[in-house]
Amino acid sequence: MAKQLKSQYDVIVVGAGPGGLAAAISAKKNGADDVLMIDRDLELGGILLQCIHNGFGVDTFKEDLPGPSYAQRFIKEAQGVGIDYLLDSMVLDVTSGRKVFVTGTRGGFKELQARAIVIAMGCRERTRAQIGIPGPRPAGVYTAGLAQRWVNVEGYMPGKRFVILGSGDIGMIMARRLTFEGAKVERVLEVMPYLTGLSRNYVQCLMDFDIPLQLRHTVKRIIGKDRVKAVEAVQVDDRWRPVPGTGEMIPCDTLLLSVGLIPENELSQKAGVILDPMTNGPFVDDGFATNIPGVFAAGNVVHVYDLVDWVTKTGLTAGRRAAMFAQGHCNENPVFVPTAAGENIRYVVPHRIDPETLTQDTIMLQMRVTQPMEEAVLVRVTDGDTLIAKKRERYVRPGEMVSLKLRERDYDSVRHAKELRVSVAPL
Amino acid sequence: MHSRYDVIIIGAGVVGCMTARWLSRYALKILLIEKSSDVCTGATAANSALIHAGYDAVPGTLKAQMNVKANPMWDRLSEELRFGFARTGAYIVAVGEDEFQKLDIFLDRAGKNGVSAEIISGEKMRKREPNISPEVFGALFVPAGGVCDPWGATIAAAENAVTNGVELRLDTEFQDFLWSEHEPERIVGMKTSQGDFYGRWVINAAGLFADEVMHKAGVRPEFRITPRRGEYFVMDRNQIQIQNVLFPVPNAISKGILVTTTLHGNTLIGPNAENIEDKTGVDVTPEGMDEIWEGGKKLVPGLDRRHIIAVFAGLRPAGNAPCLNLDVDYHHDFVIEIPDQVKGFVNLAGMESPGLTAAPAIAERVVELLQEAGEGLKPKADWDPIRPARPVFRSLSHEEQAALVAKDSRYGRVICRCESVSEGEIVAEIHAPIPATTYDAIKRRTWLGAGRCLGGFDMPRVVDILARELGKDPLGITKKGHGSEFLFRRTKEVG
Amino acid sequence: MRATEKMICIICPMGCNLTVTREGTTVLRTEGNTCKQGLTFAEAELTDPRRMVATTVRVKGAIHPLIPVYTEKPFPKPRIFDLLREVCQLEIEAPVAMNQVVLENALGEGINIIASRDMPRMST
Repeated sequence: MAKQLKSQYDVIVVGAGPGGLAAAISAKKNGADDVLMIDRDLELGGILLQCIHNGFGVDTFKEDLPGPSYAQRFIKEAQGVGIDYLLDSMVLDVTSGRKVFVTGTRGGFKELQARAIVIAMGCRERTRAQIGIPGPRPAGVYTAGLAQRWVNVEGYMPGKRFVILGSGDIGMIMARRLTFEGAKVERVLEVMPYLTGLSRNYVQCLMDFDIPLQLRHTVKRIIGKDRVKAVEAVQVDDRWRPVPGTGEMIPCDTLLLSVGLIPENELSQKAGVILDPMTNGPFVDDGFATNIPGVFAAGNVVHVYDLVDWVTKTGLTAGRRAAMFAQGHCNENPVFVPTAAGENIRYVVPHRIDPETLTQDTIMLQMRVTQPMEEAVLVRVTDGDTLIAKKRERYVRPGEMVSLKLRERDYDSVRHAKELRVSVAPL
Repeated sequence: MHSRYDVIIIGAGVVGCMTARWLSRYALKILLIEKSSDVCTGATAANSALIHAGYDAVPGTLKAQMNVKANPMWDRLSEELRFGFARTGAYIVAVGEDEFQKLDIFLDRAGKNGVSAEIISGEKMRKREPNISPEVFGALFVPAGGVCDPWGATIAAAENAVTNGVELRLDTEFQDFLWSEHEPERIVGMKTSQGDFYGRWVINAAGLFADEVMHKAGVRPEFRITPRRGEYFVMDRNQIQIQNVLFPVPNAISKGILVTTTLHGNTLIGPNAENIEDKTGVDVTPEGMDEIWEGGKKLVPGLDRRHIIAVFAGLRPAGNAPCLNLDVDYHHDFVIEIPDQVKGFVNLAGMESPGLTAAPAIAERVVELLQEAGEGLKPKADWDPIRPARPVFRSLSHEEQAALVAKDSRYGRVICRCESVSEGEIVAEIHAPIPATTYDAIKRRTWLGAGRCLGGFDMPRVVDILARELGKDPLGITKKGHGSEFLFRRTKEVG
Repeated sequence: MRATEKMICIICPMGCNLTVTREGTTVLRTEGNTCKQGLTFAEAELTDPRRMVATTVRVKGAIHPLIPVYTEKPFPKPRIFDLLREVCQLEIEAPVAMNQVVLENALGEGINIIASRDMPRMST
């Protein structure tokens, strides 16, 4: 905890979830003396603290940890290396001049100056408004993450009989969690013709407990004025329109929504950070620098990752670069090569790379595909007719990120490229 | 045990609350009853939040008269009661040349109603609203139009009434009238879900249920309220901000689907107009959503569905009263009367648009009606027209925020991230003259949960704060009164 | 009897789609797995399916009413609900340290239930 808040820091990290923790640790280890983390919650760790299920850290620690354990390793390390932090505090404003306005009950209202800022606010859940579910507005329509907080952290059950809309990971994990706590999960509905979360979660969260999953189904209508009484489920066609005559009333008292996450960039926009409408996150380079000098992005504010290990990795990179920026060590005039989304690729992160990075480090290109391909495919990075890198995948699915590593050996071809176009096609 | 009042008002929507506030300046014992757990939950809760200039009301109707009279009252009212109001002006926007020709009808109507208006070119319109369709040919500009916070206005009026001595009883539903045993056709009080109350006057301000109330009084048996549903979208202000109030060229049924700014900077799109049966039926429908989206796109083609942050529906209490002026062929006029056939009854009904705008003039008219009926209303010396404002954290400068947090650290804890609502504001509303005791009540007063995450972040925190401040178990905290509890049991108490 | 069945390996987030050829509960062959774990998983699924179980336990004197806990090792799948009933009865006292054993040798299966995180005592 920050005993005495300074008015100036080398690096201020907004958000102390996995992205923010990694960024702060990395900034400190890379020479930033004064590093401050700010979080709105009462504890460090972010959303990981409510993700009590296992499955975290398989890549980072080669262990299968629950969310709080994964977080605690970083919390301990952050405390160990002497990072200041401010909790129960909300950042109200970040400026392009790297001023941070923050308010909290203990610290009061403060204006802080940073040499570099890492934005690591994570993401928020899509709501019923964004998918336009018809019906009135009773109590009992909650996002899955909200229910997760109530059940796992605050100790309340927000319903007895649940229908879950969306086969994202949080939705499936909540289906199991609620079942463990004695609730009945009537069904999981998914509007797409495929699962949107990880298939292992389908096995261990739904199949294990005989919770039915209906693909190509959605909620046609919510019933209940004060509290949800039922939902009407319906099959949809290829254009997501209800198929007449397929409506089915499912009595329940709660509808949980697991219908996607959106990077949380309200603050970034206040600082003048430009967002990519495809990712809803900032345009970033391979060091996770945004368009505003000295403002870096880490974790799910960039785009929504499917694994926390990736979030940690982006934090480590963003934190290191922020520390370098704060100390005035950065590539003065980088000549960036843009990335581009080719065939069956929805987007590529980072949006541009500095080839010089490859002389010291690898660069991970991360993509989401538009359509699932359940066969062996080749992911290719090309510049016109020139193949720069490739990778085989056994399948690609929109719910699972595709990664491709650029290495030192690619330096020459990347340096001479006009763009790095990523595409995926059957072998 | 009988309580005796001079005036009992049924219904705490905008008309009931404004009437209570207007009458509170006189030496009267007043009771305001409301069947919901809060004021402002019926028709007033969901509408376009506009203060109409009165250009389109049919000349000669009570609607036109009340609208035009009320419009200029809103500046002073918003200053006295400290709620949000902005005189933005309004536009009827003509897409294509045919619609442009029709603007003359409305210019003429505005003239007849005494409302100033002018026709401007498409080019000028696009300059004033860059997001507007390139096919806009021109517009009728009405400077007197405005936007308000209908929740804030109604709650502030009720609060001002209460601090000036009006008694408010929530969760109290009107059931029937009590009649005099000595004098024929004289109402002396009412039965409610919370017991009997006696009053010399009963004012029907029951909104969507005004027909049922007047029928119990034996008045206007042919009068019917039709709930006319209107659906709306609210857009993310970070993605699009319309700066103006934009009406399409209206059709016979409604003012059409408008695209308008709100006081919170979010663009509002709607409403459609669908006559339904259920007076509490605020469902949004797939058809309705498609209809308003099409309507919105007509004026602002750049709207993007991904930027919708809320969808809601409201009900207009549409009446079927003919205009009192027999020369005017109009059958949806306001009812504002002391009917001849019963004594002690003031009848207010059919308050669809421009009901919100007209509410202060209607309240003033009620005062006149009572005076005409021989009530010697004596002004109170200590009547205070001012409802003191409470701090609104997001509206303050950084310096003011710092000072407020230094004074009371609870204002430093932001509970609603999207709308920057602090714990201090929530606590203040829970302990206000009309205590906010539900989540929705807090929302209506602070705008909390009205942003992009729809309360996903603040909800558990607000439940905690409500429980703590009200001394209740969190399991008893509701969204909007009994039956809308958020939580069922503690996690480790299975069974 | 020789039979084949489809399984999805849950050892890691890859979630390989396995085609398992078996004779009774003996796995003869697995296809579709990208690592050796796939075979291990398939064998276990047929003989002794186990799952990691994560839940919460009531805790006194901490900033939260519950502390997250999990099984040190995968727990026999058929006994998960018995385990949850047992865990429901527990109440522990803060402070709690990460990896602290909350329930030893749960249901005699030789598997401990441990705390997922530290939870300090609330300072009043």
